[in-house]
Amino acid sequence: MAIRKGFDLRYSDVTPKDTYQSRRRFLAAALATPFAARAATITSGVTPSPFSTKEEPTPFGAVTGYNNYYEFGTGKDEPVKLAKNYRTSPWTVSIEGEVAKPKTLDLDAVMKLAPLEERIYRHRCVEGWSFVIPWIGFPLSALLKQVEPTSKAKYVAFQSFYDPKQMLSSREAHIQFPYIEGLRFDEAMHPLTLLSVGVYGETLPPQNGAPFRLTVPWKYGYKSIKSIVKVSFVEKQPPTTWNKEWPEAYGFYSNVNPAVDHPTHSQATEVRLGVGRFGQKIKTQLFNGYGEVASLYTGMDLKKNY
Amino acid sequence: MKKFWLSKWTRVLLFSLSLAPFLNLLWRVYRNDLTANPIEFITHRTGDWTIRFLLITLGITPLRGILNQPQPIRFRRMLGLFAFFYGCLHLTTWVWLDKAFDTHEMWEDVIKRRFITAGMTGLLLMAPLAVTSTAGWVRRLGYRRWQMLHRLIYFSALAGVVHYYWLVKSDTRLPLMYGGILAALLSYRIIGVRKSVPATRPLRPPAGAPG
Repeated sequence: MAIRKGFDLRYSDVTPKDTYQSRRRFLAAALATPFAARAATITSGVTPSPFSTKEEPTPFGAVTGYNNYYEFGTGKDEPVKLAKNYRTSPWTVSIEGEVAKPKTLDLDAVMKLAPLEERIYRHRCVEGWSFVIPWIGFPLSALLKQVEPTSKAKYVAFQSFYDPKQMLSSREAHIQFPYIEGLRFDEAMHPLTLLSVGVYGETLPPQNGAPFRLTVPWKYGYKSIKSIVKVSFVEKQPPTTWNKEWPEAYGFYSNVNPAVDHPTHSQATEVRLGVGRFGQKIKTQLFNGYGEVASLYTGMDLKKNY
Repeated sequence: MKKFWLSKWTRVLLFSLSLAPFLNLLWRVYRNDLTANPIEFITHRTGDWTIRFLLITLGITPLRGILNQPQPIRFRRMLGLFAFFYGCLHLTTWVWLDKAFDTHEMWEDVIKRRFITAGMTGLLLMAPLAVTSTAGWVRRLGYRRWQMLHRLIYFSALAGVVHYYWLVKSDTRLPLMYGGILAALLSYRIIGVRKSVPATRPLRPPAGAPG
């Protein structure tokens, strides 16, 4: 179990026993696999964040066993199996585009960019389900500031790692790889926007986007791109994976909004998974309850800019 | 071979096999083994089995032709009723677990979302077939009219496949596979590749007629 400064409560205290035990099995499996990404305890001082929700985190087994990561399978139970031997080391991320000082950072350098925080965020999937996840990371702005963006940097484009030898082909997954996403510059710099390096007191498991990923809690889950290898500052709104696949269903902004329907379902409600036997149906909140981001969209028609 | 088809045990076996997916689901509910998203899991399972049983039911007529053997028809009604049974479970899951009896939300879904419109149509088309599946109804309607009515299953199966195709996000392999099987089953009837099946005395209605 992770030992983190400033915490009295451990996840073993709040996670149901069977879930906790399955997690131990998972850990054992992860450690038994040579060269693969291993779940390692993050022991350096991780401070709790005032941005955290008081809601109870979803059981570890659900968050790490029910994933949309099409590179590792289109079924949600597939990534945990198919990503088992995924290599994340050595890892580099290149930060480029409209910047004064483009950089390539390795994993160690990224981990040292800013103090790590634990942020318990609501996570809302466009499919109508939600989790509460204790992420570990730091504001994305800390990474972005490294390269001194120029005045032309209006948007930030992200690209996921893609290796056809380890992953599905675009043909098999039915979406184009590599996975790409984007944020407006001010969205990317917002203090809520997190670069996550861990979850549940440990480094990210592969299926959750190891070694690091975006976490944008007020947007649908697919905006929070996993396993980032490239960050580019651009002048024009960059293309994004799901928007290219089905523009009517997946807009560039993709802010959580109960008033904007998805073509196949309403977004008015969601099922909070891991609560009770069947999950708990709750009302979806605008911006997933993160009202502090509303000022980013002043004067914008959110129904048109979905 | 004839003995096999006529055996009571064949019926018992087929009934048990058809019920197995339901029992498995009950067991999983009891064990709390329903994946991280139980409602989605139950919805997909029951929906899958509805389409599968529709296709299995539609497979009886070709099977009779291929085997040159009229007996499989003895089980067609049971298989069709299982399709309706799983369809009802699918609908119940949606009404109860997914929509929590919110009639307004359900109505919105039915009129606004084409995949739900299609699914609902497919299930509604099955209802009169389930009701008139008894020997009494065959007599009451007359065989010709009864048969015409029961051709609704073609549209029900088509609606089911379209429902599935419209709801998937990107990976359309499974709905297309079901669509392909349905196309094959229907073209068998249209092209009339079947050999004439030896006429037998109907054991009991609705036996004896090509579907």
